[in-house]
Amino acid sequence: MGQSGSVSGKSHAVAMRGITKHFGGVQALFGVDFEVEAGEVHALLGGNGAGKSTILKVLNGVHVPDEGTIEICGKTIASPSPEAARDAGVAMIFQEMSLIPSLTVAQNVFLTREAKTGFGLIDDRTAERKARELFDLLDVDVNPRALVADLGAGQKQLTEIVKAISQDARVLVLDEPSTALSVSDVERLFEFLRKLKAQGVAIIYVSHRMDEIARIADRATILRDGRRVITAPLSELPIDTMIEHIVGKKSRGLSDVARDHVEIGEPLLELVRVSGQHKPVDVTLTVHRGEVVGLAGLLGSGRSSLARVIAGIEPHVKGEIKVAGTPVQIDGPQDAIRARIALVPEARATQGIIAAHSVASNLTLAVLDQVSSGGVVNRRAVEEVADHQIGHLAIKTASRDHAVLTLSGGNQQKVVIGKWLAADPDIFVLDEPTAGIDIGSKSEIIRLVRDLTKAGKGIVMISSELSELLAACDRIVVMSEGRPAGIYDRHDLDDPALPPEDAMHRLQAAEQKLQFHIQEALKRQGATHAN
Amino acid sequence: MPTNDPTRALLTRLGLANWRQNIIYIGFVVIFLIFAVTLADKGFLNPNNLLNIVRQTAMIAVMAIAMTFVLSSGEIDLSVGAVAGLASVTVAMAIDAGGMIFGIVAGLATGLAVGVFNGLLTTHIGIPSFLTTLAMMGIAKGVAMWISDTAAVPIIEPAYSWLFGGGSIGIVPVLLLWMLGLGLIGHFVLKRTTFGRRVLATGGGETAARYSGIDTASVKFRVLIISSTAAALAGMLYAGRLQSGRFQLGEGDELSVIAAAVLGGTSLFGGYGTVVGTIVGALMIGLINNGLILMGLEFSQQLIARGGIIILAVALSQKRS
Repeated sequence: MGQSGSVSGKSHAVAMRGITKHFGGVQALFGVDFEVEAGEVHALLGGNGAGKSTILKVLNGVHVPDEGTIEICGKTIASPSPEAARDAGVAMIFQEMSLIPSLTVAQNVFLTREAKTGFGLIDDRTAERKARELFDLLDVDVNPRALVADLGAGQKQLTEIVKAISQDARVLVLDEPSTALSVSDVERLFEFLRKLKAQGVAIIYVSHRMDEIARIADRATILRDGRRVITAPLSELPIDTMIEHIVGKKSRGLSDVARDHVEIGEPLLELVRVSGQHKPVDVTLTVHRGEVVGLAGLLGSGRSSLARVIAGIEPHVKGEIKVAGTPVQIDGPQDAIRARIALVPEARATQGIIAAHSVASNLTLAVLDQVSSGGVVNRRAVEEVADHQIGHLAIKTASRDHAVLTLSGGNQQKVVIGKWLAADPDIFVLDEPTAGIDIGSKSEIIRLVRDLTKAGKGIVMISSELSELLAACDRIVVMSEGRPAGIYDRHDLDDPALPPEDAMHRLQAAEQKLQFHIQEALKRQGATHAN
Repeated sequence: MPTNDPTRALLTRLGLANWRQNIIYIGFVVIFLIFAVTLADKGFLNPNNLLNIVRQTAMIAVMAIAMTFVLSSGEIDLSVGAVAGLASVTVAMAIDAGGMIFGIVAGLATGLAVGVFNGLLTTHIGIPSFLTTLAMMGIAKGVAMWISDTAAVPIIEPAYSWLFGGGSIGIVPVLLLWMLGLGLIGHFVLKRTTFGRRVLATGGGETAARYSGIDTASVKFRVLIISSTAAALAGMLYAGRLQSGRFQLGEGDELSVIAAAVLGGTSLFGGYGTVVGTIVGALMIGLINNGLILMGLEFSQQLIARGGIIILAVALSQKRS
């Protein structure tokens, strides 16, 4: 399968063979082989849940594989651990950076390996000199004496990478490195990566941006549903072929989600030229009763900001928000709730639930006034609300009094949704409602979203998984740089040539079309920056 | 977590499976029994001695009931001891100037004013309550010293002294009624009212609470006012019991108050609190103090023993993963 350069006697930078990994009853990886050569940029691609992050966590020792062998720079890792991986030369650059903002660049680079004076005191001067040498060598323009807090996102990223390189990293893992970077920062990063490549560093590059992959990667490995689909040089993988491999045959059951015809009613939520502090920018959008509007786009495209502005968590500085035809002033979450808008937020653990509290307390958090009289909580009313939502949403919990943290991710999300269902809002804003949820619960939640339309609700839904958006939405807005770059009717994304019975292939075809629109929006974005 | 362990099943039946959570109640009984046996000949079980424990504990308990709310909401109030001292002085001076009712109003108003100040600084300016109330501790003490000229202010008003600390109905001290009455209200408010739920939700996950429409700033503002007002009330009880107001009253109480709440099972980091536990925690501190005195330990030894026992109790109550 398109293997290159693996027959020669020299050892791979990374050779993972037959990696299998279970989590509880779920198999995340099925005998995956993954080889990376020294001096190449190797793209690792796949949809959410394809196993990308699992295989990377096996590589850097966070997860111990059930089966399979790991070889790094010719050395077999006998007992995998983060320390063993690091000692073997693997460095992972995280999306959330691991630098300490209150220390200088040099102090960060040499953290825990500080240069000492003869008296055993820390010698920042020497550290700065060594850092400067390193930066000069790699042609990076960062001042070693600057505080990390004062650096831009791109400089932070470079500092992070230099820190890894200074620890003799031979295998560099970059997970979505460009999400926080401006176009010029991405340029600088690429230049830097090419330099590292020339020095024989193996680079594993994870990104959703196909255009970047096409520019920087030498080879790519594509995973899907925990299996390796293909490893091939980029020259043999045009973008559409890559997308085809990534999307693959759908076995998610999402295509089976019934899309009963729901009458689209009057406008429920109207945004007129709404702008937030940075994002979103100048968004005009109408959501009708019985309609699901999806927001697509990459991380940082302004999808979440828009959701947060609607829900009153971020202020909107310009424009007008109307609910059921009446302008509303939304200055905080309470105003949004009063306007009957509910947000199911992105970070479930911190924003959605109070993990240590019971299922019943969480379910009644937004309706405390309704389940109480004269400020005294009526226990019976709480139990009624809780039992109703537990039954209605089929929340799997030992009892209503168990802490939410004892529930699975999917059931925790149902608690968040149930909390708002109890409040009976008109407008739901769902930010990545299925993130980190197993496949079975995913289609359950999408089905729930469709059911809400029948009750005459208006829904705004964000998801990074296009198949989910396509399964749930009536219209899809592609966001780019905080603006709507295009609004597509769900019907127009269907391929009329495919018969309606073939739901699976229709969904795949629609996904490719939507992916194409997103890439187009990105290209336009890149073009405006180049000018 | 071993679930099918037969020992565990037995413990569950006996209600001891969560013994760490209930350590305060177990500890209270154990220490009481130890003292009852070893100190029987020194009059430990004498009803008068037991009521004395209550009298000495009541002020700590009153402040600790309010502290339970503060800690549950994820904040802290270090100014309670100093505020008690300040209120004891203002109440004594006001009674002298305008009679009993004026005195009571002035005392409670002192607490309210401090609470508003603490609350505004914490929620509107965003200074952590740890710092706000640490600064307030010094300010309150300074004001009390200044207005009283560092001298005790006598209270010559028997009705006040009876109601706030000195009196008893039959053998039941009024202080016990204050403690139980406020404890009952506190327990009910924390467990059964929407305000209590909002306090726990704010401390359990501030962002999630805010996203759910809870005005978390207002919750924090209110718990700080409750705490200062309760501290002022404790100061008024001190003043009534000793028939005078002095700036030293309540000095250092903040540590006993926080220890009582934490011993009782309230989380220092918010999200969980129990008023019943807090009262038992306060009683346990009083019990230990009393027992150590009866044992004839010197003050220095008492301090060491008390510290050791509290560390042991809190260490045992920590969940280990």
